[in-house]
Amino acid sequence: MYKLTGVSKQYSRGKETVHALRSIDLVIEDGDQLVIQGPTGGGKSTLLQMIGGLDRPTSGSVELDGTDLAQLSEAKLTKVRSENIGIIFQSFNLIPTLTAQENVETALVPMGVKPAERRERAAEALRSVGLGERMHHVPTELSGGQQQRVAIARALVKKPKVLLADEPTGNLDEGTRDDIMALLDTMCQEYGLTFIMVTHDSALAAKAPRLATIRAGRVTVTEQAQSVRL
Amino acid sequence: MFLIYLRRELSRRKKAALVISMGLALGIALVITVTSVSSGMKQAQTQVLKSLYGIGTDMTVTKAAEAQSSSSARPKFNFDAKSDDSSTSQSSDRVMTAGGQTLASTKVADVAKQTGVSNAVGALSLNVMKVDGTFTQGKAKSTTSGGTGEGGQGGGQGGGQPGVQGGGASFDVNSYTVYGVDTANLTLGPLSSSKVTTGATFTSAQSNAKVAVVDSAYAKTKSLSVGKTVTIKSVKYTVIGISTATSGDSAANIYIPLKQAQTLASSANKVSTIYVKATDSQQISAVKSTIQKNISGTTVTTSADLAKTVSGSLSTATKLATSVGKWLSVAVLLAAFLVAALLTSSAVSRRVREFGTLKALGWKSGKVTRQVIGESFVNGLIGGALGIALGLGAAYVVTAISPTMTAELGSTTSSAGGPGGGGMGGGPGRQAASKAIEVALSAPVSLTTIALAAGLAIAGGLIAGGFGGWRASRMRPADALRSVA
Repeated sequence: MYKLTGVSKQYSRGKETVHALRSIDLVIEDGDQLVIQGPTGGGKSTLLQMIGGLDRPTSGSVELDGTDLAQLSEAKLTKVRSENIGIIFQSFNLIPTLTAQENVETALVPMGVKPAERRERAAEALRSVGLGERMHHVPTELSGGQQQRVAIARALVKKPKVLLADEPTGNLDEGTRDDIMALLDTMCQEYGLTFIMVTHDSALAAKAPRLATIRAGRVTVTEQAQSVRL
Repeated sequence: MFLIYLRRELSRRKKAALVISMGLALGIALVITVTSVSSGMKQAQTQVLKSLYGIGTDMTVTKAAEAQSSSSARPKFNFDAKSDDSSTSQSSDRVMTAGGQTLASTKVADVAKQTGVSNAVGALSLNVMKVDGTFTQGKAKSTTSGGTGEGGQGGGQGGGQPGVQGGGASFDVNSYTVYGVDTANLTLGPLSSSKVTTGATFTSAQSNAKVAVVDSAYAKTKSLSVGKTVTIKSVKYTVIGISTATSGDSAANIYIPLKQAQTLASSANKVSTIYVKATDSQQISAVKSTIQKNISGTTVTTSADLAKTVSGSLSTATKLATSVGKWLSVAVLLAAFLVAALLTSSAVSRRVREFGTLKALGWKSGKVTRQVIGESFVNGLIGGALGIALGLGAAYVVTAISPTMTAELGSTTSSAGGPGGGGMGGGPGRQAASKAIEVALSAPVSLTTIALAAGLAIAGGLIAGGFGGWRASRMRPADALRSVA
């Protein structure tokens, strides 16, 4: 369970101080599906970074299962990320020189998984996202949708508790977008994941059980009773 | 994963890797070339000094220079002018100790007794000038005065230009060097820099025998061979061996037993040079001081002293290699390191998202840094291998071309005699103090040089990688998201 209390984030841009987040309080239960929406520069990605332990708040606390990520040492925070948090990026962020299977393996390297087991788990993860036949291809030999599937396999191969997605369908066409969202929905159901996604897409936001709208660093959470599964 | 990632990254960024490697390779090749050429020059200098001293000689002892009387060292020749129809040939030769300075033979034993001296051998260096031909009186009534004299070889050897006034002359001048050597101790001294290639060398029993060993070049010029005789100041010596200098030029044209040389020069119990071998080659300077302190009136010259007097193209090139070459190597190497570091750093900047993603996935900073250093290290190894190959190639070319360098040893203070009247004045002064030797330059590459090059390549790779890795380690995982936000 996530519990954000009074989270603020400020940073300097030249002489100007930018208030990316202003005293945000937010609770996300295990297994929740939360969509964060808002205008560009509103603080969506900054909030996702705080939740993912990729950055530290200027003030406030970000607790994951009772542990304040803001207070952890860099080494411990890295360990939390490597074991508990899977991340999917808008631009897939695959290592261009590595094959699909090797890219998935990179998520298991920090966990100290032995090479043979690593290869087997990566292959299994790729088969689960429908890329069993393409695991030896490098990213440039794959379509955008296939690359995002590799990124999903990489995020899930370590069996995380939380899956974070930053505009996962931002670079995909409409048909592929629906395929990817259907896949994510299936995976979240299967693994019982807490799923937090940042998106610009209003259609996707409308389907979310919980919608966090962020504007000028302040967040408003809406429960959408009539929502359907993502 | 480390090796797979490393291999894939290097193969993907072949051009960038090649640029970094080539930069390092050039620097390393230059270091190898300069080091090997420099080493070749040192070898050439050693070779030059050995040819002058003889193998195994650490220093020589000579008499301290004294002011010479104006006439004592100059050769005098006396010829009688004959009548017009006379064709009788006349011959006269002069034998002088080279430099005109000698030491008592007892000094050899004195030097040998000094602390740190392993062996000491005396030798007497002689310059012989022989003039023979016909000399006729001039005719007072003749309208065409004589002047048919021909200069002989002596002119080039420091002898006076023959000139005859008032008469006619046809003569030949032959100037050559003779060394009287200690036949009981041939391992040290002037003959030790030569190898007897035909016939035999002296034996201990031949300490006063009329036998000679002739330098091969001189023997060829004078058509001398084993069994023939060579005449020095009317004394006939049987040639028992032909010697060839093992490096550079030979010490003398003819070698004879020391006692015979002393008799020829009327210098009984005198030597011109004492050749000294030290017990410990690291203590030469101390031995020099001991000899100079304990044996007065002597000058001790070590290889190091002699090396200071080397001039000519060899000296110039050596100075060039040790000064300009060294700094050029350092500058190019530093530039190569800097370029490698900047290119690696630039490559890291282009991979912000990649390294940020890995950190977001849970890779520790150290692991990312090791990956960058690993890639750079391999670039260094490739650069080192290329640099060593290039350097070896350059050294091979230098050795194959073998450019000839001239080394001039000592001061050139020989006094040349001018044309005289009926007799010939002038002659060699301290001619033995000056010598020009030609040596072929090589560029030997030692294992130490290759190890140095490999070390530099690895250092270059690590420096560049360390710089790039440091930048990568400072990268925050949030950058992976921000770069696409």
